Amino acid sequence: MKYKLLNFARQFALILLVIWTVVSLVTLLIELVPGSPATTILGETATSEQIANFNAKHGLDRPAFFFSYSGEEGFVWNGGNNRYADYWLGLFQGDLGRSFRTDRPVLDMILERYPATIKLALASMLVAIGIAVPLGVLAGRNKNGLIDNISSFIALLGISLPTFVIGPFLVYLFAVKLGWFSPTGSLYPEDIILPAVTLGAALSAILTRMIRSSVIEELGEDYVRTARAKGLSERKVVYKHVLKNGLIPVVTILGLQLGVLLAGSIITEKIFSWQGLGLLLLEDGIAKRDYRLVQGCVLVISLTYIIANSLTDFVYRRLDPRIRLS
Amino acid sequence: MNRLTYIGIAIAAVVILTAVFAPFIATHDVTAQDLANRFASPSGEYWFGTDALGRDIFSRIVFGARISLQVGITVVVVSGVVGIFIGAIAGFYGGWIDKFLSGYLFNVFLAFPGLLLAIALVAFLGAGLGKLILALCIIGWVGYARVMRGQVLKVREYDFVQAAKALGASNMRILFTHIMPNSIQPLIVQASLGMAGSVLSEASLSFLGLGIPPPAPSWGTMIEEARNYFATYPHMLFFPGIAIALTVLAFNFIGDGLRQYLDPKQRTR
Repeated sequence: MKYKLLNFARQFALILLVIWTVVSLVTLLIELVPGSPATTILGETATSEQIANFNAKHGLDRPAFFFSYSGEEGFVWNGGNNRYADYWLGLFQGDLGRSFRTDRPVLDMILERYPATIKLALASMLVAIGIAVPLGVLAGRNKNGLIDNISSFIALLGISLPTFVIGPFLVYLFAVKLGWFSPTGSLYPEDIILPAVTLGAALSAILTRMIRSSVIEELGEDYVRTARAKGLSERKVVYKHVLKNGLIPVVTILGLQLGVLLAGSIITEKIFSWQGLGLLLLEDGIAKRDYRLVQGCVLVISLTYIIANSLTDFVYRRLDPRIRLS
Repeated sequence: MNRLTYIGIAIAAVVILTAVFAPFIATHDVTAQDLANRFASPSGEYWFGTDALGRDIFSRIVFGARISLQVGITVVVVSGVVGIFIGAIAGFYGGWIDKFLSGYLFNVFLAFPGLLLAIALVAFLGAGLGKLILALCIIGWVGYARVMRGQVLKVREYDFVQAAKALGASNMRILFTHIMPNSIQPLIVQASLGMAGSVLSEASLSFLGLGIPPPAPSWGTMIEEARNYFATYPHMLFFPGIAIALTVLAFNFIGDGLRQYLDPKQRTR
């Protein structure tokens, strides 16, 4: 019990350390901007007064970090009055700063768009599972057979075809030619289908391969022989016993892929003009050089990714006694 | 190696030869605009048709192979060398060095979804070939480092390493002449898959407008440019799409085949 607690505390401390580093990196990214955000946003023609006002309003007139370095003065200690400390204080109060462009709180802008992205990511997961489970089981049961080869080929195709190729192709086929869906937007409930399939294609390919290997491995286990010996049908053996054990690694992949889907949704949202966090990052953040908004979006996606990964790790440990006990 | 691996090698060879001999293969100047022939369908004059500015799509794809491979090879080499070095140090020295590198640093870089970190870096640094390569190297090295660390942890316990130690060889000598050459095999697989990943990431960032700026003929940029017209002129999307898919598929086939070949457990499966 003591060891278990210690282990949990160690894992938790590591997660906190990683979160601290990620937040710090994202906070300091703004320092990489060539020139200054004020001239980038206000333009070359802005007066020095306008620039000074902009900097004062967004706190950019203050030092970036606790200390700074300049050739003449060497290291200078700036104390707690710096942008890095500000950002952290803001974070603890649920404040990600104000947009450089619209002056709206960044957190509000993100919260408006985040549900659409989560919805898309979950829908694409469902699509991936729906394709991968039957295909992976079929391939695993017919190892090295025709179905296995075909499903392996489809899986590799799914991994290799980028979303920005699959997406427009699906739009061309199902929206332009067949007219079944709208090419872009999210006006009707069925409008999620094409973006979800586009985003879920690569994941379904990864899952198919994984389930195939799991099924092949589990089919060789003793308990399968026992299940067959007691007269269970092959269908029951596979779906009730093999799949149940074979799905453990799949849970991990699903959790780890949630973050990948969130990042991948940036491209899918662009293709389908899906009003999610990715489109906010691209169109309102990067295209308009609203660096505060970019910071916020990158931070929220990264934190979601870290939390999803940590939860997955936790669930995985609970699911598999071999890992829990080791 | 299975048949798909050979197909992968053949496609990769075609892409590499196309990139090397691009000036001799291209039929038109990649930036030359023929405004009278905008959106032309594939024909004897324009094999893959023309785009919205009347530029020859075939020639742009041929030169696009250069960009893809240039990015892919540079990213694989740089991130591979950095990753192998850091991974080897972590695995060989162990202790607090390993705790810091694999326990903390690897986790920090794995805490960002790869593409997002590249997008963030390019968004703040600005677009351009050099910055794109830098961003992809920053997200790429950790994969090699993890594999290398695992390999070194295994190999350092082998008898021949213990024998070298007993003979008084220095740490550097043991690491570079005994452990590393015997740890490199899985990294070849990683490099092949990394090549596919880099080509895909370059195209993705270019598609998002964060990669190589126009008029350079990046495959991702070509697809982005085709996006507004593909309903009427699908050839604009089709050919660059096929080029990306085949290249990525080829390196994935090679990586997959090599993995099976190098891993006896998978070979028998």
